[in-house]
Order: sequence, then C-alpha cells, then structure tokens
Amino acid sequence: METRSDPNEQILQVSNIGLSFGGVRAIENVSFDIHRGEVRAIIGPNGAGKSSMLNVINGFYHPQEGEITYKGETRKQMRPHIAAANGISRTFQNIALFKGMSTLDNIMTGRNTKMRKNLLLQALHIGPAKREEIEHREFVENIIDFLEIQAIRKTHVGRLPYGMQKRVELGRALAAEPELLLLDEPMAGMNLEEKEDMCRFVLDVNEQFGTTIALIEHDMGVVMDISDRVVVLDYGKKIADGTPDEVRSNQAVIDAYLGVARDA
Amino acid sequence: MDTFPKLLLENARRLGDRSAIREKEYGIWQTWTWKQVADEIRALACGLAARGFKRGDKLGIIGGNRPRLYWSMAAAQSLGGIPVPTYQDAAADEIQYVLDHAEVRFVLAEDQEQVDKILEAQDRLPSLSQIFYDEERGMRNYEHDHLTDFARVQAEGREYDEQHPGFFEEQVARGKGSDVAIFLYTSGTTGTPKGVVLTHDNVLITARNGIEFDNLTQNEEVLAYLPMAWVGDHIFSYAQSYVSGFCVSCPESAATVMEDLREIGPTYFFAPPPIFENLLTTVMIRMEDAAGLKQSLFKFFMNVARRAGPAILSGESVSLGDKLLYALGELLVYGPLKNTLGMSRIRLAYTAGEAIGPDIFDFYRSLGINIKQLYGQTEASVNITLQPDGEVYPDTVGKPAPGVEIRITDSGEVMYRSPGVFECYFKNDESTRQTKTEDGWVHTGDAGFFDDRGHLKIIDRAKDVGKLNDGSLFAPKYIENKLKFFPHIKEAVVYGDQRDFCAAFINIDLEAVGSWAERNDVSYASYQDLAARSEVYALIEDSVRKVNSELAEDPRMAASQVRRFLVLHKVLDADDGELTRTRKVRRGFVAEKYGVLVDALYGGKKNCYVETEVTFEDGRKGAISGDLEIRDVEIAPVEYKKAS
Repeated sequence: METRSDPNEQILQVSNIGLSFGGVRAIENVSFDIHRGEVRAIIGPNGAGKSSMLNVINGFYHPQEGEITYKGETRKQMRPHIAAANGISRTFQNIALFKGMSTLDNIMTGRNTKMRKNLLLQALHIGPAKREEIEHREFVENIIDFLEIQAIRKTHVGRLPYGMQKRVELGRALAAEPELLLLDEPMAGMNLEEKEDMCRFVLDVNEQFGTTIALIEHDMGVVMDISDRVVVLDYGKKIADGTPDEVRSNQAVIDAYLGVARDA
Repeated sequence: MDTFPKLLLENARRLGDRSAIREKEYGIWQTWTWKQVADEIRALACGLAARGFKRGDKLGIIGGNRPRLYWSMAAAQSLGGIPVPTYQDAAADEIQYVLDHAEVRFVLAEDQEQVDKILEAQDRLPSLSQIFYDEERGMRNYEHDHLTDFARVQAEGREYDEQHPGFFEEQVARGKGSDVAIFLYTSGTTGTPKGVVLTHDNVLITARNGIEFDNLTQNEEVLAYLPMAWVGDHIFSYAQSYVSGFCVSCPESAATVMEDLREIGPTYFFAPPPIFENLLTTVMIRMEDAAGLKQSLFKFFMNVARRAGPAILSGESVSLGDKLLYALGELLVYGPLKNTLGMSRIRLAYTAGEAIGPDIFDFYRSLGINIKQLYGQTEASVNITLQPDGEVYPDTVGKPAPGVEIRITDSGEVMYRSPGVFECYFKNDESTRQTKTEDGWVHTGDAGFFDDRGHLKIIDRAKDVGKLNDGSLFAPKYIENKLKFFPHIKEAVVYGDQRDFCAAFINIDLEAVGSWAERNDVSYASYQDLAARSEVYALIEDSVRKVNSELAEDPRMAASQVRRFLVLHKVLDADDGELTRTRKVRRGFVAEKYGVLVDALYGGKKNCYVETEVTFEDGRKGAISGDLEIRDVEIAPVEYKKAS
C-alpha cells in the first residue's frame, strides 16, 4: 500500500532527546524525524521507552535534554495544549475514554479545540452556538461513517468491547482534524480480525485525509506491513532507523528482540 | 403500465413530491421523492447508454440495500436490459459463477470490498467490460480503466440526455410486459445456482395481486434489509413499492437494522422465522433481568394476551373482562414492547422460508401484530399461498394466492400454475423441462396436502417423504420440526421409511437445557454428561409425548408417532459432515454414520455403546464414546381425535 509520504518535508524532528525520572534513564540521546504524510512506526521491547517518546512529542513528559521541532518551530519542551492546538492528537495504550458517555459524545469532545463560541452561548444552545454544533455534529457523523461505527453511535462506551473502544478512541483523535496522529499500540489486545480492520482504518486515514501517523506497535507483522519507516528503541536508545526491510535485517534489532547469547 | 420504467415515470407524475426511498446516512434519514428518483434513474440509464449498454445487456448488481443499487435495476430495465442482483456475502467464486453464467457486461458494485471480489474473478469473466462503484472510499489507488464512479456515470448521462432529447422516453416506451425484467439466481442447495428468468408481467402481476389481497396502499412504510438477490426483497421492496407508490427505507448499515426498524416503524414487514425467533429470545432474556414488579406485570398480561390476543386480532368475540384486561395490557405492556421491537405500526407482517414455531407465531399475534405465513418460490415470483386475514393458523401456509392454481400430484407433490410462473432457467433447458410442464405447471419439490379448511400444509421435501411398512405416509421433516419447536431440542432426526414405526435421534440445546439444569439443580460435567442424565431424558420424553398426541390428531400422521428415541452424545455438526453448511441435517449420512444406533433403535435394545470420531474447531480429530440409553415412548391413542 502506498502512503502519501513526502520525504522533502519534515513535520517533526526530535534531536538528542534525553529523559530521566529520578535515577531512571528512560530515553537517552534519541533523534529521528517524521516526514509529512508518512506512517512512522516506533518499535522496541517492553520498557524500551516507546510510550515515553510519544509522551515527549505531545508534551506529557518534559525531557531534560534535546529539542523538538514541530512544523518548523523548535522548542526545548512541548506542552499538551500547544500540541493539541497545533494539530497533534493521540490515542492511549490504556484506553482513556469517558466511559459513561456515548460514542457520539466521546467523539464530539474531540472537536473541543475547534469550538469557537463562548461557554455561555454553548450552554444555552442558542444562535451561533447551535449552528456551530450542527457543523461539528456533521463532521463527527463523517467520522462515524468512516470508522463504520454507526451501530454504536448511541451506546455508552463502557459497554463496548475492547476493540470497539479502541476504534472510538481513534475517532475522537480524528475529530480534532490532526496533522500528526500519535497511536499508542492501537492493536494491542485485539484478535486477528480486529487488527486487520484497524490496519485498514490507519491506512485509510493516511490515504484519505493525508494525516501523518506515528504509531507504537508490538505486532511486528502489522508494523512491517503498514509503515513507511521504522525507528527501533531498546533500553532508551535508538538502535536502528529505516525502512521495514532495512530494520528487519538489522543485527542489533534481531538481538534486541530475540535476545543475545552473553559470554559467561 | 406493463413495465417498471413506465411505472416509474407514472409515479413521478402522479406522486411527484411523495417520498419514494430513504436511506440513513450520517445519522440522518435522507429522502428522495418519486420525481427525484426518476431523475436519478434517468441520468444513470443515459450514462449507461453512453457507455454502450444495449437492449438485452445484463447489469450485475452486488451490494447491500442501497438506493443507488435499487435505482440501477430500473435504469437497466429502462434500456431494455436485465438486472442480475447477486448475494453480497457470496465469495468471489460464487459471484464469478453467476456473473459469467448470466453473461454480464456491466457490474455495479457497492464498495471496495465488492469491487475486489470482481477484480479477483475478472480473468474468468470474459464478457465483463465495465465496473461501476457506489462508494468512493478506498478506491483512490485503483488504477483501472474499466472502473468508474457511479456519480460520474450519472454526470455523463445528464450530458448524453441533453444531446439526445427524447432518447430516454423512447427507450422506456419500447419496453413490453413480456420482456425479461430480471434474473434471480436461486441459492441452490443442490448443485450450481440456477438463473430464474422473470418477465415484467410475472413480477408486476404477482405484486399487484399481493397488494389487492392485503389492501396495501401508498402509505405503507417498508424497511429494505433482506438481500436484493432474493425474490422476496424484489417483490416487497421494489415491485410493490413501484406499483402502490409506498416509500422504502434502506438501513444505515447491516448492524443498525434493529435500530433503524425502531425509527422507521414499518407498517408492512417481512422476516424469515429466525429473525422473529431471535427477537423473542432477546425480549425474554431482558425480561428475566427485569425487576420483580415488571416481571409479574409481564407474566400476567402475557397470559391475558395468549388467551385473548389471537382471537381479538382475528376479529372473533372474547369476553368483556378479557377485552378490558387486554386494553389495559396494551397500555402497560404490549404497546411499549411493540415500540421497543419497532413493531408499533405493523399492519401486516409475513414470514416464510421455513416452518415457524407455533409458540413464536402466537407470541406476536397475541401482541396484536398481524403476522401471517406465506409459501412461495422464486419460480413463482414468490407468492403461491397466502394466509387471508381472519384465517391465520400456525400450522398451515394459507390458501392459494390470487391467480394461483394448485394441485397435489398422486405422489403428494405440490404443483402450481400462475401468472407469476417464470419463463425458464437461463441457459438450462434440461432443468426447465424437469421443473415446468408444457402447460405451465411447476413442480415445487415439496410434499403437502390441503386440510379441511382448504389451507395448504407443507410437510416435507417430496423426495424425503416415504412410507412406513403398514403403508402410511412418513414425512420426517414434519415430525422433526414439531420436535424442534421445543426449546430444549436443538436438532432431531426421525427414521421410519420402510420401517415398522418411527424412531428419533435427539440433540439437546445446550443453552436451553443447561439453564434448565441450573434452575433444577441438575449438575453435569459436560455436554455428553448432560445429554445422558435421566432427568434430561424425562424432559425430552415429555416433549416427544406431546408431539405424539399432536400427530395422533391428524389421521394422515397418526401412524408416524415416535415410539423410541435416544439423545445423542454429541452435537450434530457441519464440520463432521452431519449438517450442511446451511445447517440442514443430512439424514442419510447420519443414518450411515450412526448405523449401530439405528439398529439398536429398531432392535429393541435398552442401550447401546457408540464410539464417534469428532473434528474440533481447530481441525484436530478426536473420539468420544458412551453408552446411550434408548427410551420407549407412549403412543397417543388415535381414537382421541375421533371421540372429540
């Protein structure tokens, strides 16, 4: 499958990132870039620093060292509200939806950064706020159609199976019309069929909306199938970076995944 | 008005701004009026013509119930072409067979998934020249000269229409009632599918007769949710809508049908028995979880309904007390329940395809839902018999539909002749000759008879009907269905052809018997263990005895009472070859495989040891064995009926 990758434009570049929690070194001197329009995977064994890396990109964690350049602007640290306002959205490894709200309402919350009318007008649901809500609802309905979740539109997400919740979470992230979409293990805990569906949605998002995607995934088959380029982390360090084929044949990667015999 | 395109133009004039079709999209019901539908179809037809579609060309249609797919039928018909709808869930090979056999030149596919199937089979489709698709999604990367977006075909059509004024009208005017209207491929339980050729006259006359019979009007609401390739949908959602002008609604997706049903509230509804069955099960399960007060209200009023409902619906007289109670029940229970089921407004519901359990049938009728049975075939443009209002019985399929003649052959097979009778099977003269006589009578392959009330009863496939040694009729399916209507019995296989008496294998329903066991403190370790419990045998024996007394009431069937039965130690399974993929028992195969057990049933033994190879879901094989009890059952006296 061809994605809409444009190698001439970097949407994001992280340079020499270092992140510690007290004495624990989570990320050490990691640099890589993401091209506009590509599907970029971050892989690595458990505890390699993958989720930390996503958290650095959208400003949840503040690295002690290094710089982040997003759409040409360089910062020492990202902030979540800046990331959200500038077109970065994400999903979480452990689903973070509002369980007591319907699918529709959950996805609506993703439109929050796009709502322009003031709180009072919105609360009273009058005039321009009403018109605006109709526009947002239309956008959200397009996402519901896109993700084929019409049947659960009004279902409380707490009652949905895991795979469906993941899909709703993707929907909420899409509602913010992201330029860069961060997916933290979008296929974890899914069965084969759900994984195939999710793969198709990820590729369709990329193709249809031109969204740049950075994803963390454990399933190597999935990663190799849908990514343009792959970064491999191990113990907080970058050990490889390249196309799926390059990474697959990289000895350091093989060692990290399969273990390496140490001399006694 | 002898063709669909002519009816369409007439409807656009006569009904203009009335709703013709709806589809739920983006959470909202989008509606097209008859005038708009006529414009859409005109644009599509002209677009097809611009792309070389000629009279007699076939248009393959693959996908779910979407307005555009329905429009394409009328568009092809406008040009003197023939639509060939196929089952959307069919595999590429099956679709290839139909498209190739029908010599389809153009195909309209709903979406990427269906396009992929056609592309996969393309090498084996020599006559196929162009593919159109309805849904654009995912199609961006397809670089294929023969693939065109539906909207683009229509745009070309509008241009063509401007350059060729009068073309469309002239094409429509050329159509006659005797022209072929559609090919409907039968799913074919035996051998390859057969293409049933129906003319405009066949379909239109049958549709009109049905409308008159049940007084359908342009105000009906219908949900189109059954496969477009199936004759029932073609009549209910297409033909009858064109004839009477009612609006048809297409669901948002296959998964939302139940919700869409609630929102639309159809007045005219068709569903095969399993759908009514599943709805009832859902209701019962939810009632069991309801609070005590609600449960007792439900129980009380359902008893009232069972007593008085069917009679009220059939217009018979009931006591004043029951009338009042029933009215109260409507307010408290039936009304809200029907609303939840999406059945508040149903004036007329039909079920067909297989036998429906009398309990299920009565449940809906007692709620005041006018559900009726019909008997039909693709070859008859559906209707052969219908149940008239006020003459609805769970065990018959009704009286001959208007215009239909029925006769029963000496061997007991049902034959019919009607204006709906098909032309032929496409490119299959041999089958046509075998099925349809020179003077237009059609073999149904079903065995049946007329009862005292003049209603037709279908008992079995004619080829399965045999005789007991004393010469009396033996119809295994008829008995098996009666057994299977009991919730505890999942499957039954009845033997008796060329035997002295009938005997049965029973498969228990694990869910139903399991929950019964839980409520009655019967402990068990496995399916096999449960099936062998004497409590379970007693439960089944009770059901068999009830079936026997029902059989005893019918002089034709009285000899077929089940004298001995056993409960099988394993579930009959398609993976083991015991069922077909459509879950029908392969009686002969089962008899051979369990020959020991059949011998034991007729050999007078009290029990029998058996060892069976089974295939697990992952393909591994294993063996299970056990000692099965065989139980004798009392025979109900036949005099019972004569005395009453």
